[in-house]
Amino acid sequence: MALLTNRESAAAPRRSSRYSRDLIGIAVILVFAVLGYLLFPNNLALLTRITAIALLVLSLDLVTGYCGVATLGHAALFGAGAYAAGMAAVHGGITEPVSMVVIGALGGAAAGLISGLVILRAHGLPQLVLSIAIIHLFHEAANKASSWTGGSDGLSGIAPDPLLGLFAFDLWGRTAYVFGIVLLLAVFIVLRQLVRSPFGMLCRGIKEDPIRIRAMGGSVQATLIRMYVISGAVAGIGGALSAVSTQVVGLDSLSFTLSAESLVMLVLGGTGSLYGALIGTLAFMWFEDLVSAANPFHWLTMVGVLLIAVVLFAPRGLFGTASALAARLWKGRP
Amino acid sequence: MQTIFSIAVDALAYGMVLFVISIGLSVTMGLMRVVNLAHGAFAMIGGYIASYAARDLGLGYGFAVLIAVFGTILIAIPVERLLYRRIYGAPELTQVLMTIGITFCIIGITNFVFGPTLKTIPLPAELQGSVDLGFRSIATQRLFAIVCGLAVALALWYLVERTSFGIKLRAAVDDAAMAAALGVKTEIVYAVSFAIAVGLAAFGGVVGAELLPVEPYYALRYMVTFLVVVSVGGAGSIPGALLACLLLGGIDTAGRYLMPEFGEFFFYLAVIAIVCIFPRGLAGRAK
Repeated sequence: MALLTNRESAAAPRRSSRYSRDLIGIAVILVFAVLGYLLFPNNLALLTRITAIALLVLSLDLVTGYCGVATLGHAALFGAGAYAAGMAAVHGGITEPVSMVVIGALGGAAAGLISGLVILRAHGLPQLVLSIAIIHLFHEAANKASSWTGGSDGLSGIAPDPLLGLFAFDLWGRTAYVFGIVLLLAVFIVLRQLVRSPFGMLCRGIKEDPIRIRAMGGSVQATLIRMYVISGAVAGIGGALSAVSTQVVGLDSLSFTLSAESLVMLVLGGTGSLYGALIGTLAFMWFEDLVSAANPFHWLTMVGVLLIAVVLFAPRGLFGTASALAARLWKGRP
Repeated sequence: MQTIFSIAVDALAYGMVLFVISIGLSVTMGLMRVVNLAHGAFAMIGGYIASYAARDLGLGYGFAVLIAVFGTILIAIPVERLLYRRIYGAPELTQVLMTIGITFCIIGITNFVFGPTLKTIPLPAELQGSVDLGFRSIATQRLFAIVCGLAVALALWYLVERTSFGIKLRAAVDDAAMAAALGVKTEIVYAVSFAIAVGLAAFGGVVGAELLPVEPYYALRYMVTFLVVVSVGGAGSIPGALLACLLLGGIDTAGRYLMPEFGEFFFYLAVIAIVCIFPRGLAGRAK
């Protein structure tokens, strides 16, 4: 009897504790955002850039962390979103920031559909090679279509309207920063629901054992492509945010380097958890800003050492290792 | 006609350089199943050592090549023992990250030691100028690269198909556990083939220095190309790698000559088409 009540009381708070943990997570993000705003008022452009990249890393986490698809071409989705939003503003005359973000999400989703259809045709090494080929193909295509994309000069002249007609995008980047944080929070809340939904569970099942999922009647390919499209939309929002905030879109947003770096950030933070993606982005970008200001080559060496150390000593990333440690401490308590 | 001929010669030379560098990657990938993105970095180290030996120490070209090959192997041995050992059999993502990390480190250290400028390897008088073929003349250096590629292909074919080491190698590729049970010392086979792979990479880096210039970002710039070639050819297959190098070298060179404004667009389009049609590579075997 005592056992039964015990179990009931253990099961009941579990669901509510999940939501309270989400609330804590959101509160922590908000605290960090406010702290960043107050402590670095002259560096808001960097913080906005971190927010945009965090969206890219979150979207990469959706396919790599939750579906187990290794890709070195994820910046294609980010760049597609950035160019979609930028071209809508420059050539289409759509300068309302929220509609630019929606267009960016659509562009990213379309790129996600295309690259998902190609990348998911293979597994293992060929899959990696396909993803590399995709990002280079996007890059060359954007370079070639210079009348639309500005080519290697970048797409400039994006002038977004004031946000909601009230807040103009100022020189200090305050509006852009707040806009970015709001977008990040909204995406984060939606994604928390998504990865907990039956669909999210199905994706995790595919990562663990695709054959069993197929035997249970799940459609592996269709599920993965759907996830790729969602991931594309998230990355596209990130790209659009970067286009709105910097008012320029360069070819570097479609580069292999950005793809590889986003993968490094994800693994640094820990795959398969949204918090890991955020922590990895913040740690990496912060560190990069500090070190690369001194010497870009030292930065490269440091990243290399960091990567090797993570693979050898903390294969679950910063967040995974920290939460494992915390769990052990928790259990160790009487 | 002149254009077609020069495209053909350049494509052949480029393909052969690609082959010499990436065949080692193909063998280690087929044998140890390691996605080694740092392979290009070893080719770059070879180029740097040869440049240092030939330009700063004033040694002969042949000497420089030898020093480059053995020096690179010496550098690679501790890296293999300390780092690669731990990622054999790990998931691809882990291997990719580890080898990207190694590449970044090598780039940073190379830049620190040799500086960010382009390094040249002075050619001996015999390799400068051009050879008259009667109807056309081609640069001797290109011809040298082609001959080296053919020699490497032949030597490897002999090693793998005709020697007892080759038999052990093929056995270990097919089924490492079974080969070990039958008395093949797979550890030694692994170590020797890793050394051969690195040595070939260094050799290719030196011979191909005219086509792929040696500078710190070499490792990053061509990393993807080598990986793509191996994947298209099928890991572990010498004829597959040769075919892939000639095919992709041809497409890349022709694209650069005829439509330079498209860059590598057609190269990667061809890669996607080939990988989609042959997911295991041109000469890959079903697992």
